[in-house]
Amino acid sequence: MTPHGRVEPAQADHPARQPRIVAEKVNAYFGTTQALYDVSLTMLDRSVTAIIGPSGCGKSTFLRSINRMHEIVPGSRMTGRILLDGEDIHAMDAVLVRKRIGMVFQKPNPFPTMSIRDNVSAGLTFGGVRNRTVVAEIVEKSLRQAALWDEVKDSLDNSGVSLSGGQQQRLCIARALAVSPEVLLMDEPASALDPISTAKIEELIYELKRTYTIVIVTHNMQQAARVSDQTAFFYMGRLVEFDDTKKIFTAPAKKQTEDYVTGRFG
Amino acid sequence: MKPTIRFRYRKFKSVLLYALCGLSALLAVVPLVLIFYHTLSLGLSAINLDFFIELPKPVGETGGGLANAIVGTLILVGLGSLVSLPVGLMAGMYLSEHGNNPFGATVRFLTDVLNGVPSIVTGVVAYTLVVIPMKHFSAYAGGVALGILMIPTITRTTEEMLRIVPQSLREAALALGIPRWKTTFRIVLTTASGGVITGILLAVARAAGETAPLLFTALNNRFWQTDLSQPMASLTVFIYNYGVSPFSDWIAQAWAGALVLMTMILVLSMAVRIATRSRFGRGT
Ligand SMILES: Nc1ncnc2c1ncn2[C@@H]1O[C@H](COP(=O)(O)OP(=O)(O)OP(=O)(O)O)[C@@H](O)[C@H]1O
Ligand SMILES: [Mg+2]
Repeated sequence: MTPHGRVEPAQADHPARQPRIVAEKVNAYFGTTQALYDVSLTMLDRSVTAIIGPSGCGKSTFLRSINRMHEIVPGSRMTGRILLDGEDIHAMDAVLVRKRIGMVFQKPNPFPTMSIRDNVSAGLTFGGVRNRTVVAEIVEKSLRQAALWDEVKDSLDNSGVSLSGGQQQRLCIARALAVSPEVLLMDEPASALDPISTAKIEELIYELKRTYTIVIVTHNMQQAARVSDQTAFFYMGRLVEFDDTKKIFTAPAKKQTEDYVTGRFG
Repeated sequence: MKPTIRFRYRKFKSVLLYALCGLSALLAVVPLVLIFYHTLSLGLSAINLDFFIELPKPVGETGGGLANAIVGTLILVGLGSLVSLPVGLMAGMYLSEHGNNPFGATVRFLTDVLNGVPSIVTGVVAYTLVVIPMKHFSAYAGGVALGILMIPTITRTTEEMLRIVPQSLREAALALGIPRWKTTFRIVLTTASGGVITGILLAVARAAGETAPLLFTALNNRFWQTDLSQPMASLTVFIYNYGVSPFSDWIAQAWAGALVLMTMILVLSMAVRIATRSRFGRGT
């Protein structure tokens, strides 16, 4: 495992990263309240984009519009375009979009009627993968990646909700990884975790970056600085600043960004 | 010492309320115990092996049993479930998952109205729909009548139980790329299965205890009948006929029939609960 914090060398390895997800003038609404205003953001292939900003600024809403989860909220609406590899996600089948863009939610949400094993394999078995050995291998691999395997390997048949909050969150990470998406959206994946599991998750993000495109929402500035290549600062539904993580944390262009990352407000 | 008095008063109120709740809970089960005790004491004497394996004897002869009525009730309720389960479950799923529109509101309202329709009216409807075209009474007609009775209960409890399932579980499933219908059937319905099954059992129990809708439809039959297009015996209609008869052995058999019916529902409820109990000792 590579120690986290080594952002620059990894970037240097891939000088010409392609845009993977492009958001163009995204406006999102819940009924009549608007949560996002003209957000345009480009997330690069095999990189980690962090989204930071005070509570209620629209981070989750933005993340959820990338895999078309925003639209399932009754009364919600969105305008603008989001492109995945150049293709408008609203022109694609929502199920396919979500298969390619996995998500870890802000609150852990394991399936309560399923065992730990079935929780992890749910996406596979419901997607038609029947081969038991294949499923078992993927379950183990995903749980290892999510740094949960050692804790649950002897109790895979126990209920998923019998785990602690932090373990449940890692279970949800494993569940999202099991279907091997191309993009992974993580909404504060480490907010309920202890420092050791947090470090493991950060290592995981570092590992995954080699193949996946990752977008992570976090309230933890150090975490954003450690794991991400680029950082977007949101404030009241607007994208205030978007740049290389190093720049955002050392020499932000906007006063608002500087105040936020130095902890003067938010 | 004012605080102490106030504290004592609060404590007294709390105990009083607790006692009242306990008393009410007791009162709620008293009728059930009384009914069961009464049925048991009057019906047990007529229960013997013959009751379960013999046909009713002609007027004037003693003995015999209600085997055909026991089987008839099972068949009629089975037919009713066959009609109402798919319709009720799927209507409930529609109302919960996609029913936040004028059409859903209308269906919900009409289902509640249907729930309030007296069961004898349902019998007349089934009479018009099935008995008149077929030109004779039949088990099919009885099944349709019971099915119509069961639909609203199943629909509304299914809807209510699915609504309790947290939205975050639907989101978790959808975000994995599981299609909407699979999410509803395999995640939402499974999570709510305990409550949904309770609703189904309520509907089954109610249907098994109905007499009025069967009088116009399945009628009755003193003989073995497994042809569903023919009139069919049922425990409730036999209880009704025997209960109002002047013969003391028939009246005893009516009580026995009631006892058997209650026990059947009890056993069914317990069996279903055990069979569908969640692997993790929760649910149901
Ligand atoms: N389901 C909803 N219905 C109505 N308004 C909503 C809903 N979800 C979010 N909002 C509103 O949209 C805005 C953005 O919310 P969002 O959840 O995206 O914030 P966030 O940046 O993720 O905050 P946090 O850091 O607290 O998670 C908020 O003002 C919130 O009140
Ligand atoms: Mg959020």
